[in-house]
Amino acid sequence: MTAISTSPTHSDHGVLNRRGLFDSAILRRAAVQALAKLDPRVQVRNPVMFVVLVGTVITFIEAVAHPSLFVWSITAWLFLTVLFANFAEAMAEGRGRAQADTLRRMRTETQARRRQPDGTEERVPAASLLKGDEVVCEAGDVIPSDGDVIEGIASVDESAITGESAPVIRESGGDRSAVTGGTTVLSDRIVVRITAERGHTFIDRMISLVEGANRQRTPNEIALTILLSVLTIIFLPVIVTLVPFAHFAHSAVSVVVLVALLVCLIPTTIGALLSAIGIAGMDRMVQRNVLAMSGRAVEAAGDVQTLLLDKTGTITLGNRMAAAFIPVGPYDESDVANIAQMASLADETPEGRSVVVLAKERFNLRARDDLDGAHFVEFSAHTRMSGMDIGSRSLRKGATESVKSWVVAQGGTVPANFDDVVQSVARAGSTPLAVADGASLVGVIELKDVVKEGIREKFEQMRHMGIRTVMITGDNPLTAAAIAQEAGVDDFLAEATPEAKMALIKQEQAGGKLVAMTGDGTNDAPALAQADVGVAMNTGTTAAKEAGNMVDLDSNPTKLIDVVEIGKQLLITRGSLTTFSIANDIAKYFAIIPALFISTYPQLRALNVMHLHSPQSAILSAVIFNALVIVALIPLALRGVRFRAASSTAILRRNVLIYGVGGVIVPFVGIKLIDLILVALHAY
Amino acid sequence: MGLALTLLTLFVALAITWRVLGSYMAAIFDGRVHFLGAIERVIYRLLGTDPTHEQSWKRYASALVVFSGVSIAITYAILRLQGHLPLNPQRLGAVSPALSFNTAVSFATNTNWQNYAGETTMSYFSQVGGLMVQQFVSAAVGIAVAVALVRGFARRGATTIGNFWVDITRALLYLLAPLAFAAGIIFVAQGAVQTFGGPATIHDALNGVTQVIARGPAAFMEAIKQLGTNGGGFFNANSAMPFENPTGLTNWLSIYLVLAIPFALTYTFGKMVHSIRHGVALVSVMVLLFGVWASVTITAEHQNNPAVAAAGVHATVGNTEGKEVRIGDTSSALFAVASTQTSTGSADASYDSFTPLGGMGLMTGMMIGEVTPGGVGSGLYTLLVYAIIAVFIGGLMIGRTPEYLGKKIQAREVKLAGLASLVMPLVVLITTAVAVSTAAGRAGPLNAGPHGFSEILYAFTSQGNNNGSAFAGLSGNTPFYNITGALDMLIGRFAIMVPVLALAGSLASQGAVPESLGTFRTDTGMFAGLTIGVVLIIGGLTFFPAVALGPLVEQLTHARFF
Repeated sequence: MTAISTSPTHSDHGVLNRRGLFDSAILRRAAVQALAKLDPRVQVRNPVMFVVLVGTVITFIEAVAHPSLFVWSITAWLFLTVLFANFAEAMAEGRGRAQADTLRRMRTETQARRRQPDGTEERVPAASLLKGDEVVCEAGDVIPSDGDVIEGIASVDESAITGESAPVIRESGGDRSAVTGGTTVLSDRIVVRITAERGHTFIDRMISLVEGANRQRTPNEIALTILLSVLTIIFLPVIVTLVPFAHFAHSAVSVVVLVALLVCLIPTTIGALLSAIGIAGMDRMVQRNVLAMSGRAVEAAGDVQTLLLDKTGTITLGNRMAAAFIPVGPYDESDVANIAQMASLADETPEGRSVVVLAKERFNLRARDDLDGAHFVEFSAHTRMSGMDIGSRSLRKGATESVKSWVVAQGGTVPANFDDVVQSVARAGSTPLAVADGASLVGVIELKDVVKEGIREKFEQMRHMGIRTVMITGDNPLTAAAIAQEAGVDDFLAEATPEAKMALIKQEQAGGKLVAMTGDGTNDAPALAQADVGVAMNTGTTAAKEAGNMVDLDSNPTKLIDVVEIGKQLLITRGSLTTFSIANDIAKYFAIIPALFISTYPQLRALNVMHLHSPQSAILSAVIFNALVIVALIPLALRGVRFRAASSTAILRRNVLIYGVGGVIVPFVGIKLIDLILVALHAY
Repeated sequence: MGLALTLLTLFVALAITWRVLGSYMAAIFDGRVHFLGAIERVIYRLLGTDPTHEQSWKRYASALVVFSGVSIAITYAILRLQGHLPLNPQRLGAVSPALSFNTAVSFATNTNWQNYAGETTMSYFSQVGGLMVQQFVSAAVGIAVAVALVRGFARRGATTIGNFWVDITRALLYLLAPLAFAAGIIFVAQGAVQTFGGPATIHDALNGVTQVIARGPAAFMEAIKQLGTNGGGFFNANSAMPFENPTGLTNWLSIYLVLAIPFALTYTFGKMVHSIRHGVALVSVMVLLFGVWASVTITAEHQNNPAVAAAGVHATVGNTEGKEVRIGDTSSALFAVASTQTSTGSADASYDSFTPLGGMGLMTGMMIGEVTPGGVGSGLYTLLVYAIIAVFIGGLMIGRTPEYLGKKIQAREVKLAGLASLVMPLVVLITTAVAVSTAAGRAGPLNAGPHGFSEILYAFTSQGNNNGSAFAGLSGNTPFYNITGALDMLIGRFAIMVPVLALAGSLASQGAVPESLGTFRTDTGMFAGLTIGVVLIIGGLTFFPAVALGPLVEQLTHARFF
């Protein structure tokens, strides 16, 4: 996980990630699946491994016709090569399948209380619900399908989906109206209008996603498959023409050895692991409670050049906190604290509570017992103030302009330095709240956005990776600039409206950039759809979830950064293993070519730099190495190559060194070791 | 001139050319050079083309294929009809159909493989009106394809990649014709022959014999032969013949001319894509590989010939067998490397007599795809194809959809680059296999065993790469070798050019991804290294077994490398 402190609702252990990399049940099932995947119709989808399968059949026929230990050994190891590739894919799929099973168990066959047009209710199986039906759910009911709350408010336990046990509030209207089938109502009564077609609920989609049932190849995967096919096709004539070449040299090469050489040269390592890497990449998203609707989206995440991040909850902690009391006119700081505290006592918002906390910290002001007969004034969007009336005093705190006019309306005057104080607070990126006692303006509370710890460093890393971060906020430009500066984002969009957000995305895309964003409200939906990577919060509206191409079950916007890293890791794993696979060929040539022609041209012994025991042991060692390296790399394929945020040059240098140079050296050592073992076993 | 001085002067001259000629070529193809505008306009009117009207890649490719097809047909007709055509003082008859076909294809594909001896087979008209014309236009075609691909990188969201007729016309008028003329003057001044006077008959009274000395319009053909990386000489002995290559200066000039345009085109590339650094990355790939091959070959040829020592003859310094004494071992080796790695194929020594390692150097230099620096145009576009594959693998390794100069390298680009890089090894290996397994093919080589194999492999490698240099020792003027060789040349040229043009179209149609810190840098030493890796892996892995059975076995027979 990233170093960012995540929001309190985040869970590292959702329902979806209970299994380790090598769960024994998955291993067993994968072993069975590896055999089932031998079906040629499955194999033909992977051109590299299909060539290996055909080669195995050829050597098998040869082994039956002219049996020898050597030919049977080659046949067995070629067969194992195919099985290992199947096994790798089955392992990757198996992990998803285990998760799908967990999800299926959740999708119980509940009864739904469908509301008839005339208002009466009837009990029907959940599975028979149609889009547009209205169902009633009361405390204890499992919500039968996805929908929007159209009446009432309820607390809902969504742990079945998110793994988070704290209940969430769902209510009709607004951005908190979406409910998911399979979750449980804990209190109150709601009426839900079903929005999902039968069999296309969120859980259904999750199941098919984690199972990889309709996994489509991503653009880069298709391009890589083409390159691997080219590298396979190129070696076919290399091997086939060896027959006439050898004949011309009055030498003969056996078909078994040619097949062995071909299999060693074509990129079997990456060919065997390619599909496992793709599935595992989707899986890693699921591990972090992000559901990617397509592999394409995961891949696009790696290419993102601009990240649009909502200020609240992503860059700053959710709420602004009181940071200072600034007096105006004749008052001093403690007067401001005193009146602000009293005006906030009834204010249960986090901002109001933070005023009380600050007053206590600064002036040790505690809750009072002299408040008999006090009348609390609630905040309203109209007055934009809250406070209390006690005795003849009216204490108020609220938006500076509102409080100012309230004071003036009561015949008070505005102190000369008030506007300056308000300006300077705003310039610092904070929000000023005015405090008044009747007709007197007492001072200003500075409400400050608290930037998350570690976020600045994270943005620094992003910058090194070439990703521009843009903060989206409803604040005024002054405030936004100050927070942007503090958090270290590259740019900000202040007073953001959905239209402005959309325009920004289009502008970035017009410059050829890929844009990622998060969103939850219905008004975010167009922007989510427009963005190349749109991560919808699970707490968001149905419209938002349908518009995005990923859903974050934890509803943690900071996750966007993780998503980008997973996308990159997926591509890096493919690229690195391709390089490794091709680099391996050099050693294999040095093992097999001298072995092929040493009887005709003893001079070629000089190429046997590994001093392999005999031609047969050399060829067999190369084939065994080729098969075993697949197994050895399965964990890497499933986990992904380690990704560190760094500049492209640094990442490339590191990977070329490990997988390129390493890929040249490792097989020399490996083949030699296998040869030594074969000799020690007196096999050859 | 000592080797060190030769290398130094060449390096300095080529460095200056790289900058000056490179930027001049960019100006030519950006349409900023007009000093022969009147002639240009007449040509366009004759061709019936509107110079302001650009072509899509498909139209560009069709124009190219049609033009080359017509070129082949006309050249074939000239060779077949030379007995009825003027400028034929020796009254030479028609060239045989198979040889005419092979030769026509050979010159139209910039290969200049010669299954004939020029002075005894071709009339002056065939040499000048047929072959030399092709030496000009085939070079122009190669440059046009390279420029079209570069435009693909430079353009954003474009549907066209230039106008083929305009590109070849401008390449001929502003680049090849003036430079070849200037170089031709130097050749003439140095003593290369340039006459339509027919062969000279000299009676040697002292020895009582009459000699016929072949002459002809060789000097100007020599200039375009080298400048256009063609390689087909007027005389059979090619640049070893004093009438073609009379002095040390012309030998130096020949090496300079073959390298000038191929290296400079990388600057043109950098200039046209607005990043000279990208051109530097490519030229460093070329220079580095060229340097390695040159060092190995020169060192190998500077060794004493073990066979000479074994025969008990006083050993000379260097392998002098088959080399002109006036040119010497190291200079011949340098000439040979320059000629084989530029798809030129001219020769001032017998490559068959090179040491096995030296010969292997020449052969493998072609096997890595003629990109170091390769032929005029073909070197740049083939290297760009390899660079695209390097970008793809490298781009994945940093976790981004690979981009080259802001162009995304995805399925279509990989498919086309893969196809273009697949063609050469495929066609070379298959034609070689056909030759060694048929009686007609096996009748060709002079030697048996590994050296015979090398002779066949060299012939098809040379033709498949449009190089045209010969290893000698192979009797190539048979229907079998004429026809398989012609197919080899045709496929090796056009089956690469067409996907390259498709690539140009695909790249041009894309917008551009803006560069950021996360972009895979394609103008660095790291990228140059990765491209070298791709060049060596594709060439090395595909040809390793064949090389092992030919020159490698020969070299190992001598039981040492140096």
